[in-house]
Amino acid sequence: MATATAPAAAPALVLSRPRLIVLAALLLALALLLLRPMLPDGLVRWPAALTPDFAAWINGVFYFVQEDLGLTVVTRAVATLVEWLLDVVRNLLTGERGGFNVEPVPWLTVAALVTALGAYLGGLRLAVLGGGTFLYLALFGQWKDAMLTLSLVLVAAPAAVLLGLLLGVAAYKRAWFESLLIPLLNLFQSLPHFAYLIPVVVFFGIGQHAGAIATVMFAAPPMARMTLLGLKGLAPSVHEAALMSGCTPRQSLRHVEVPTARDALMVGVNQVIMQCLAMVVIASFIGASGLGYKLLLRLQSLKIGQAFELGVSIVLLAIVLDRFSRAYAAKKPVHADRVTFRTRWGWPLIMAGVLLLTWGLAALWPVLWEMPRHLDLGFVRLPLTLAPPIDALVDWITTDLFNALQAFRGWLLLTVLIPMREAYLALPWTAVLVLLAGLAFAAGGVRSALLVAGFVLFLALSGWWDRAMITAYMVSFADLVVIAVGLPLGLWLGQSARRAGAGLAVCDTLQTFPSFVYLIPVIMLFQVNDVSAIAAVMVYAIIPVVRYTIEGVRAVPSTLEEAALMSGANGLQRLWNVQLPLALPHIMVGINQTVMFSLFMVIIAAFIGTQDLGQEMMRALSDNDVGKGLVLGLCVAVMGLTVDEIASSWSARRRRELGIV
Amino acid sequence: MAARAHEIETALPRGTAAPPPALRCEGLWKVFGADPATLFRNGGRPDADALKAGGYIAAVNDVSIEVAAGEILIVMGLSGSGKSTLIRCLARLIDSTAGRVEVEGRNLLTMNEKDLIELRRHKMGMVFQNFALLPHKTVLDNVAFPLQMRGMGGRERLKRAREMVTLVGLEGREAYFPRELSGGQQQRVGIARSLAVEPDIWFLDEPFSALDPLIRREMQDEFLRLQRMLHKTIVFITHDFEEALRLADRIVIMRNGRAEQVGRAEELVLNPATEYVARFTREVPRARIVTVRSVMDAPDGAASGRPVPASARIEAVARRMIEGEETVPVVDEGGALVGSVRRGRVLDVLFGAA
Ligand SMILES: Nc1ncnc2c1ncn2[C@@H]1O[C@H](COP(=O)(O)OP(=O)(O)O)[C@@H](O)[C@H]1O
Ligand SMILES: [Mg+2]
Repeated sequence: MATATAPAAAPALVLSRPRLIVLAALLLALALLLLRPMLPDGLVRWPAALTPDFAAWINGVFYFVQEDLGLTVVTRAVATLVEWLLDVVRNLLTGERGGFNVEPVPWLTVAALVTALGAYLGGLRLAVLGGGTFLYLALFGQWKDAMLTLSLVLVAAPAAVLLGLLLGVAAYKRAWFESLLIPLLNLFQSLPHFAYLIPVVVFFGIGQHAGAIATVMFAAPPMARMTLLGLKGLAPSVHEAALMSGCTPRQSLRHVEVPTARDALMVGVNQVIMQCLAMVVIASFIGASGLGYKLLLRLQSLKIGQAFELGVSIVLLAIVLDRFSRAYAAKKPVHADRVTFRTRWGWPLIMAGVLLLTWGLAALWPVLWEMPRHLDLGFVRLPLTLAPPIDALVDWITTDLFNALQAFRGWLLLTVLIPMREAYLALPWTAVLVLLAGLAFAAGGVRSALLVAGFVLFLALSGWWDRAMITAYMVSFADLVVIAVGLPLGLWLGQSARRAGAGLAVCDTLQTFPSFVYLIPVIMLFQVNDVSAIAAVMVYAIIPVVRYTIEGVRAVPSTLEEAALMSGANGLQRLWNVQLPLALPHIMVGINQTVMFSLFMVIIAAFIGTQDLGQEMMRALSDNDVGKGLVLGLCVAVMGLTVDEIASSWSARRRRELGIV
Repeated sequence: MAARAHEIETALPRGTAAPPPALRCEGLWKVFGADPATLFRNGGRPDADALKAGGYIAAVNDVSIEVAAGEILIVMGLSGSGKSTLIRCLARLIDSTAGRVEVEGRNLLTMNEKDLIELRRHKMGMVFQNFALLPHKTVLDNVAFPLQMRGMGGRERLKRAREMVTLVGLEGREAYFPRELSGGQQQRVGIARSLAVEPDIWFLDEPFSALDPLIRREMQDEFLRLQRMLHKTIVFITHDFEEALRLADRIVIMRNGRAEQVGRAEELVLNPATEYVARFTREVPRARIVTVRSVMDAPDGAASGRPVPASARIEAVARRMIEGEETVPVVDEGGALVGSVRRGRVLDVLFGAA
């Protein structure tokens, strides 16, 4: 056989201990399902009478904190500060009154400065990207909404970076804080976007500032994590060099540890910016204006063409923010042999020149200052629009493809989705608990099993079991399809370095898009129903499987591949006996992420009509019911954490067995 | 062993009346594991079984050494033998589990945080195997960093840093960033940084191990040149015996956290204290280590020809004696006759005792 490590080489089915456990759990779960009619009701569904009223407790705590502890004073102060910051930025970018109450910066100047910044950060390519994007925004009549969105990001991202940095540093310095923070981060990063919105509404009301605050809370956790990882990842000698240089702990942190961890911190900053943009779009649900809000309106009224234009704006902004922040992260200092006037002042002068020139031009021609709502230049009419052709396309789809799509949809619903959904709903909670805890035990031992059992128990107790099962069925159907498509695709892309590079680049770009925009093409095809929700989940969640499969395959040591070749393995044998087994732990991490992505997306998709946890969450949001909202959010988090626990312990164990680090 | 004829006069290389040691440790322990303090309760010391039973690792195991002012002490041992841990205990980068460390008679282990920082800002410097330079600072700013930390003004500190950069032969590279330098150049920056505060005690943890052999050689010469100018008290770690031989006044051989033997290279070669040291030194080129003094006999009238100094290595007379001279006179630094060396003794050193 090819290599000694290939487990597929084992004869027939070996019943190892983990496999036995899984088998036993499966049989027990099956027995519970089949015996369902004979089971006491309490083992099928947790009795409603015994359901603890988590929501009321949480509401009680919130009420207590808000009213009796007088937290409103604090929250009002924070809200005022955030509002003022937003006013200033918005005033400068859009000319909306407030803040300094000055004229806005001319759009031409903003666009030109972005172009110059792109040139500074990444040469011609980024200059064209930045300039092109902002020109698009101006010419397609999206300027004002885009600037509103951008101003939220400009306020929220630095705040989130700062908050994350403080938390990360505190955890680095104090072990007890780290052991407190890590589980909280795990929880926060598995809470869907909506779960953040509801408490914010309760404490801060709705509006621009609430959107910004929700965004900060959503985006700070990844920064805290990256900060901690980066600082802990420093070579011990970095810390020692600081000590031997006579640093006090504070000097060491400020002058040595944080600057040396810059690369990791910049990864965190990039993540924060992207999370901010994604959240700012979703924060339109609680009154944040801008592109997201317009998109929400257009999607609700099925104006797909305009929605598409807005989607393009969001995507372009995302790419610009991502590429710019990455280019900044990659910029390493280079010495100048001679410090001349040009090396020292070149870029600041160029920026100043661009500023003055464009400002002057805008002063001469007001069109360059503020884009009018409509403008007829004779040869072309502004704003440009993509809406008519897109709408025509949608019309064509809905009329000419209607029968085919409708038939497909009906078939899918009747033969697959509805039966699957019924099956999930038929499962007694005890059967789910036995099955998942068994899987967790096989993957990670007693600790994992107990944790997962606790998660499932929470779901059963929460009172939202049926809704959760609907979410679970949508996610598992979508993910099965996604894995069936994404895994072979990733394996195929991974076979050559060139294909892998292209595949990863595409994944990279797609991943920067805020999840919300994935709804647009799906609605174009399927209108608004549960099939489109599942389709949206698929489109969004396929990215991690593909990406991690490519990475996993590429990371297989070439000596092993050569050994397989020399053993006379053909391509398929090599794939099956060498690449797949060795890449599987990494692929599993990808599948884990796919599940996370799906959960987030399925909740967002609630607003195009689902009947799961997400729908209830939307309701909680409109009712300002923080207790219900958080319990629902925790349900989603717990589902994600269950998969995470099983997948990552399996992956870690398998890596140890294979000797991969 | 045939060469044991003459007692080695003194354990200390220089000076007659032993000066107070610049650095001293006594009964030093560093134990890694769950709760090592329990092993040492009430002044007790753990034995090998107790360590093993608790899953502890004694990275430094009851080590006592002294380093005289101006001496180069080399700590030698295989990877994992506890060299780095020892040097970190000596600099109190980590707290020892038990024992005593003294710097010029002051107990390092009871010093408070503030005094310790002061000590490091003025008395100690360290060079690291992987350089540990600050990636965001230029060469000059890296070298000036310890001075900046102790609050020296900008102009003065850059002046001093510039001197240091020149001292290690990097003039012209002041504005470079570490990333833009080769490994050898980066380590020169590391050396300059550690010397910037003009420390009395200089720790080097495998400073040249990450470098190519040719560069390593060059850096060793550089190191010796600096030491001839600066006369620091040095603790230098290496796992390369060749390097130890070139640089050492004295060598400590470590194994599993224990100091197996402390002494001059010649002592280790001629009088290995343990089987391990013997095995370690078996392959070394003895003719380049053993001095004429240690194999000479009383002055002999038959000795003829050009005399050799007692401090010369055997390799200095080897060729003459193989080619036929029977006995060669030995003189001291002043040129006075102190003994003679016979052919048989030299051949013993070269080819082992008959
Ligand atoms: N922080 C630590 N925790 C646990 N064990 C350690 C730690 N540091 C070193 N050790 C162990 O102490 C022993 C000596 O390590 P070290 O001093 O680094 O050896 P050397 O520098 O000679 O290679 C090794 O067995 C190492 O695994
Ligand atoms: Mg070491």
